[in-house]
Amino acid sequence: MKNKLRNVKKHYQLYLLLLPSALLLFCFAYLPMIGIVIAFQDYSPALGILGSKFVGFKNFMQYFKSYQFGVTIKNTLVLSLYSIVVGFPLPILLALMCNQMKTKMFKKVFQVITYLPHFISTMVMCGLILIFLSPSSGLFANLFNLFGAKFPNLMASATGFKHVYVWSDIWQHLGWDSIIYLAALAGIDPTYYEAATVDGASTLQKIRFIDIPMILPTAMVLLILRAGSILGIGFEKVFLLQNVQNIMSSEIISTYVYKMGMQSMQYSLSTAIGLFNTVVNVIVLLLVNLMSRKLTESSLF
Amino acid sequence: MVKKKRLTQDAVVNIVFHVIAVLMIIMVIYPLWFVIIASFSNPADVASGKVWLWPKTFDVRGYQKLFEQSQIWKSYLNTIIYTIVGTSVALVVNITAGYAMSRKDLPGRKWINIFYIIPMFVNGGLIPTYLIVKQFGLLDTFLVMVLPFSVSTYNIIVARTFFQNSLPESLWEAAQIDGCSTMRYFLQFAVPLSKAVIAVVGLWTAVGHWNSWFNALIYLQNEELIPLQLLLRRILIANESLLGAATGTMAQELRQLSDMMKYGSIVVSTLPIMMLYPFLQKYFNQGVMIGAVKG
Repeated sequence: MKNKLRNVKKHYQLYLLLLPSALLLFCFAYLPMIGIVIAFQDYSPALGILGSKFVGFKNFMQYFKSYQFGVTIKNTLVLSLYSIVVGFPLPILLALMCNQMKTKMFKKVFQVITYLPHFISTMVMCGLILIFLSPSSGLFANLFNLFGAKFPNLMASATGFKHVYVWSDIWQHLGWDSIIYLAALAGIDPTYYEAATVDGASTLQKIRFIDIPMILPTAMVLLILRAGSILGIGFEKVFLLQNVQNIMSSEIISTYVYKMGMQSMQYSLSTAIGLFNTVVNVIVLLLVNLMSRKLTESSLF
Repeated sequence: MVKKKRLTQDAVVNIVFHVIAVLMIIMVIYPLWFVIIASFSNPADVASGKVWLWPKTFDVRGYQKLFEQSQIWKSYLNTIIYTIVGTSVALVVNITAGYAMSRKDLPGRKWINIFYIIPMFVNGGLIPTYLIVKQFGLLDTFLVMVLPFSVSTYNIIVARTFFQNSLPESLWEAAQIDGCSTMRYFLQFAVPLSKAVIAVVGLWTAVGHWNSWFNALIYLQNEELIPLQLLLRRILIANESLLGAATGTMAQELRQLSDMMKYGSIVVSTLPIMMLYPFLQKYFNQGVMIGAVKG
């Protein structure tokens, strides 16, 4: 014990280096976790956390029984699963393609350009979507006009929302998301390819028998991470693209948490919904991780 | 015979790959290019689909009107300040932690690790965090934009991985024998030797600050403090005209001007990052790699 204490004392400068970040984490990450108790209270700002009455799971029940429960869960899942189904395989395909491109210069230009949209802010991205999809004067409407077709008002339809959301995301992040796979592919021993060439393998066969098996572990880990945040789909873009006409398919859990909390001032209800969301996320992450460990022997932890 | 067949198949595959790549380049570049030419075009031409590759009639009224708005300048300045101060704070906070955690002789390393990792997966949520920020008296302050959320466990891990892999342990041992303290070693050796990771973390944080608006939406009410992205929300999303209301033929013109201002504001807000990006691309990519090694 005394030894341990002396050891800590000897390293006090290391703790000094940790102090700023630890203090900030304590104040703005851990203290709010204590605040979660208001999910089980009938919280009123006047009474504070200590003075407010405990009501058990009342706030959770209120959410589960409400009409919005089914709607928000469904919309969150639809957007999330659609994003995974399209957004998970495409970067892999892109990386496989890019890796086999023979002209180095072209490859480089291609990469720089496809990474570019990643740096556009969500705000500007949503502005672009609204401008381009405008049914009267947008780029798409004008393009359709050239061919005498009429462009549907996607932003005003409940069915169009998910396609707009997912495919604009693909446009913005496809290139960037492929970087990690390209890195994995760059790590492949070139003698594999040389041997394959000697054995008469075609480009497609090299992709099939060398590239794909080599990036499978990376792909699994990324899939786990994505699946783990299945109910944690980003707030920003959905919130900005929401309007009265598409709200039936664009109200997701996080936007509902925001509205209940910051607009309706129902602090306890909002916190309860947020907590429910976090708990489900953690459970899904653990389950997928377990499944992956059993099936493919690659896992996060 | 077989070999020949293989070669033609490979040639076809190669052509198909390049065709796809060219199509993708067009799909990425054209919308961006269109925004630029539309911002310099007569709004009536743009709306009626006469502008495709080059402005039909040059028109810079959009930019004129945009720059006449004092709010634009104010929020632009705010964003620049938040980005510079926020990035500096984040660098100090995260690099110091990354270094300390890279040291194997840190007592209680395992527990400290857990302390830092938990917030990646669990958080108090919107309202509890809001209430805490309020308790600290940080609502509507400059500080709330740069300090409370500057810790990034991800960036700390990136820094830690870098220090572990590129600072030889023998260097610290030698310095220690010469009577060098941890603090001095960190400042005199570790920091100068880690410019790459500082660039990576700094750039990531800077882009994040430049593009962020959520914290401003939640914690700021004061018009004087709002960042550029939140002002863009009014122009682009809420479709609010900064020019005020008008009726009759004026209204028509006003709407067209507002459209021009939309394109203009996109260019003005996004250009700095787009211009810098190709030069800094190396560092951005490095960030992904370092993070991927030990995510």
